[in-house]
Amino acid sequence: MTDVGLTPAQTAGPYLRIGLLRELITPTLVEPDDPRAIRIRGRLTDGAGDGVPDGMVEIWQANAAGRYRHPSDDRVDPPLEDGFLGFGRSGTEDDGRFEFVTVKPGPVPWPEGGAQAPHIEVAVFARGLLKHAVTRIYFPDEDEANAADPVLSRLAPAQRETLVAVAEDGGLRFDVRLQGAGHTTFFAV
Amino acid sequence: MSIDVRPFAEVIDADRAGVDPPYDHHDYVGTRLRAPKEPLVIIPATLTEVTGPAYGESPVEPLDADLTRQHAGEPQGQRIVVSGRVLGGDGKPLRGQLVEIWQANAGGRYRHEVDTGDAPLDPNFSGAGRCLTDHEGRYRFVTVKPGAYPWKNHPNAWRPNHIHFSVFGRAFTERLVTQMYFPGDPLFPFDPIFNSVRDEKARQRLISAFDLELTEPEHALGFRWDIVVGGRTATPLEEPHDD
Repeated sequence: MTDVGLTPAQTAGPYLRIGLLRELITPTLVEPDDPRAIRIRGRLTDGAGDGVPDGMVEIWQANAAGRYRHPSDDRVDPPLEDGFLGFGRSGTEDDGRFEFVTVKPGPVPWPEGGAQAPHIEVAVFARGLLKHAVTRIYFPDEDEANAADPVLSRLAPAQRETLVAVAEDGGLRFDVRLQGAGHTTFFAV
Repeated sequence: MSIDVRPFAEVIDADRAGVDPPYDHHDYVGTRLRAPKEPLVIIPATLTEVTGPAYGESPVEPLDADLTRQHAGEPQGQRIVVSGRVLGGDGKPLRGQLVEIWQANAGGRYRHEVDTGDAPLDPNFSGAGRCLTDHEGRYRFVTVKPGAYPWKNHPNAWRPNHIHFSVFGRAFTERLVTQMYFPGDPLFPFDPIFNSVRDEKARQRLISAFDLELTEPEHALGFRWDIVVGGRTATPLEEPHDD
């Protein structure tokens, strides 16, 4: 319906750090010394391959057991985990680098039955993005689940490849390319 | 290539029924190397998308919502109250929503190292605020009216006065970052960001209204602006056209 009068999006602009990258919401979803902690590093780049230095990446995910902290996830099992909200923000630095410390989420249900492979939802904000861009991070050690995943399995191989993080330096690497060769697959949700 | 399962529908611009601007808006030079160019892939709203963060119990202080009292002295400029409601597309008020704002000072300068404009910084103004909506979905900030400022998009380019807003909505699909403008701004016809919203009615919804009821006598002018959040698409999974 168009007459509900939704408010349009506008770019977050180059100064988003002032309002959004404060102490309340951080890139650290679990303590780095949590034995389950994984470090996800990446680079946000533009169509020229240059790092985007003034952007922000947000992530949203289920906990390690596959439960979202939200009323719409009203399952009793798997359980919630004290202190784990499942949301984080990272600014992008001079060369477009961002970084999160989190846990690998458990699998979550697919609306028509079955499960989705473990994944993290991602929203990207920056000057030049009139509305945020949405993508997902999948995990490289989940070949079987990824092959069966209802989203990944419907994508072309080149599209799929952009969504699976790469193991690197004991953590994971996930780059977001806004345009050009190897550009990230973005979703309308 | 061929895929042996039902492909998701792809659309050029799966905006929210024509509400959002397209990514690719040539007049806004910043989009040229950053706007995603390929069609978005539509996925159904799964549990991942119908959930989302909530910060309804955040330790937000009253001073966080008053940008004129965050320093030893008062900032320069026209004091204003900005208030309104955060609503769902069904008109229901959204309670306990974290509303985050940021803005330039009255002279049109952001407290940010990248803003090298020659308007002066104000030692008494940071330009950041936040609050939680009340039981009626209402938010309220006290601040100063941000100045217009020049930018390098095109020769003699100036941004209209605006305040940046961020809200979460009830689900990841309702996440919204936008800008609030002020009524009657003479810069509207020249601003590619404001005009990136193609639908005239939707564009007008970015403009606040002067409100004498919100105005505090002998203290601050009042502006009212409601924010309505809603999901991006109505029909995520379409049948393939493989005939």
